[in-house]
Amino acid sequence: MIEIRDLEKIYQMGEETVAALAGVSLTIERGEHIAITGASGSGKSTLMNVLGGLDRPTRGTYHFDGEDVGGFNDDDLADFRNRRIGFVFQSFQLLPRLSALQNVELPMVYAGLPPVERRARAAALLERVGLGARTGHRPTQMSGGQQQRVAIARALANAPDLLLADEPTGALDSQTGQDVLALFRELNAEGLTLLVVTHDAKVADQARRRVVFSDGLIIQDEKGARS
Amino acid sequence: MRRADLVTFAARAIIAHPTRSALTSLGVVIGVAAVVMMTSIGLGAQQRVTSAIGGLGSNLLIVSPGASRGPGGGFVSQGAGSGMSLTEDDAKAIADQVDGAIAVAPAVRGGAQLTAEGANWQSRVEGVTPDYLVARDLTIASGRMFDEAESRQGRKVIVIGQTIATELFGENVDPVGKRIRVGAAPFEVIGVLTPKGQSGFGQDQDDIVLGPLRAVRSRVVGRRVQGTNVQTVYVKAGEADDLDRLQEDVTNLLRERHRIRQGAEDDFSVQNMASIMEAMQASVKTFTSLLAAVAAVSLVVGGVGIMNIMLVAVTERTREIGLRMAVGAKRNDVLFQFALEAMTLSVIGGIIGLIVGIGGGFLMARLGEWPVAIAGWSIPVSLGFSLLVGLVFGAYPSWRAARLDPIEALRRE
Repeated sequence: MIEIRDLEKIYQMGEETVAALAGVSLTIERGEHIAITGASGSGKSTLMNVLGGLDRPTRGTYHFDGEDVGGFNDDDLADFRNRRIGFVFQSFQLLPRLSALQNVELPMVYAGLPPVERRARAAALLERVGLGARTGHRPTQMSGGQQQRVAIARALANAPDLLLADEPTGALDSQTGQDVLALFRELNAEGLTLLVVTHDAKVADQARRRVVFSDGLIIQDEKGARS
Repeated sequence: MRRADLVTFAARAIIAHPTRSALTSLGVVIGVAAVVMMTSIGLGAQQRVTSAIGGLGSNLLIVSPGASRGPGGGFVSQGAGSGMSLTEDDAKAIADQVDGAIAVAPAVRGGAQLTAEGANWQSRVEGVTPDYLVARDLTIASGRMFDEAESRQGRKVIVIGQTIATELFGENVDPVGKRIRVGAAPFEVIGVLTPKGQSGFGQDQDDIVLGPLRAVRSRVVGRRVQGTNVQTVYVKAGEADDLDRLQEDVTNLLRERHRIRQGAEDDFSVQNMASIMEAMQASVKTFTSLLAAVAAVSLVVGGVGIMNIMLVAVTERTREIGLRMAVGAKRNDVLFQFALEAMTLSVIGGIIGLIVGIGGGFLMARLGEWPVAIAGWSIPVSLGFSLLVGLVFGAYPSWRAARLDPIEALRRE
């Protein structure tokens, strides 16, 4: 599904140039569950941003289902993020003034879905992540684990091909973190392609494939059974 | 995305900060209210000028003795009757020799104490000929006007205005046939004028006594006007288009009669009511534009207020903007959301400002006895301008929001 070749991302920091990605090649098949680990600054977040269409590579190619994402303009990228990618962030990134339901609706609003349809779908998704009774609550009235579930429901709103999660359990206690990971496993089992960026070994161990980054390069890529 | 959703986003953002939104709109409220009120003052002034001059009679030339002091200005500042160079013969000559003059009315005036049946009243007394009614667009409500013969003979008869009838004889009493002492001389009331109300200059036009020219000159005005002199000659043209030509003919005739050498100044002045009205309306218009311009400045200041708050909002909501972009908002979606927010604030301010402005206009009319004149065009124009203000001053903050890098924006605390 995803094929990247010799991907480079170079930042200009004053006089110096920093290569966040220094020539990365990676192929991801539909239905995979991948963990990307590495020290901070190793380029794993940059890779996620490029894969998610938030950032453009300096060099190299990125094909998604055969489409050249590297050649997309801003609007194409916005559409790409809207329809094919779901983001889950460490800090949830829910809009505090909107209810859980409205937060989940947001990607569908930008997809142009009519209100009745998207409300029904948002309610179903909240039900799916176990928050069926809390659709009207605001993020501030919810626990961290609940907020992250709302964020996952939002990420699933437009039935994306790829779910990108950046330290999804980083702001949660271990029990709720486990619940979120369990939800991820279920979603993966249903066929969703999942890519988790983390430096938590326990999170990485949940994945069937682990890719380790260091200084903008992949130093290890192992496929194995869940431990 | 759907347009209705864009409206919802903008409305939600405005409702989320009611106080801030109200204060932001306030600048536009004040601006639009000021523009509406200022133009209404100007329009009121214009109507007042029109009715003031129109009240003197339409298609009218006013000939006075003494040199004019320039167009318009002479009308206000001239000491009428100063030169005493105008006579009844001049008036007769105008009537006989100038084409197109449908009424020529020589007049003298003075103030006098009126007494009747124990009541007394200070008023203006005009000595005129019957043509005066035609010249000044007056009509008789009851009784009759004195005729040429009575005028020539200087008979002691008068026609009075409604105010005097009421003041001296009370309401609903027909004063025709009653006697009034004008100063020391007794006069018989033979008619009452149709009420005209207040003039544009705030003068009661019904507080007037008309008597035959000679009788008033000798009995009321006294030594100030000698011989057959008159203080004013009113000349009415049949057609408004004729007025300029008539003015020239009257001037030429009087110069000839007064034997004024070529190049020398006139010893009389002919004021053309139409050109005075034009000149005054032009100056009122200038004055109105000036007021409106000053008011427009406050509208611009209101716009700057909107820009300021929108910039703050963009900074505050950087993370929200980043998140919206991450879940699929295009740059234009963000741009339109903020632009719509700015325009909505501005237009709401405009609508409230319009209501305040119209209310203020009516209040001023009530307090200042000023005609209410809300220009119809001021409604669409002020709403249009507030929309424009929102668009112009919302453009830069919206552009800044749309230009944000989603990765940077999401990282912002």
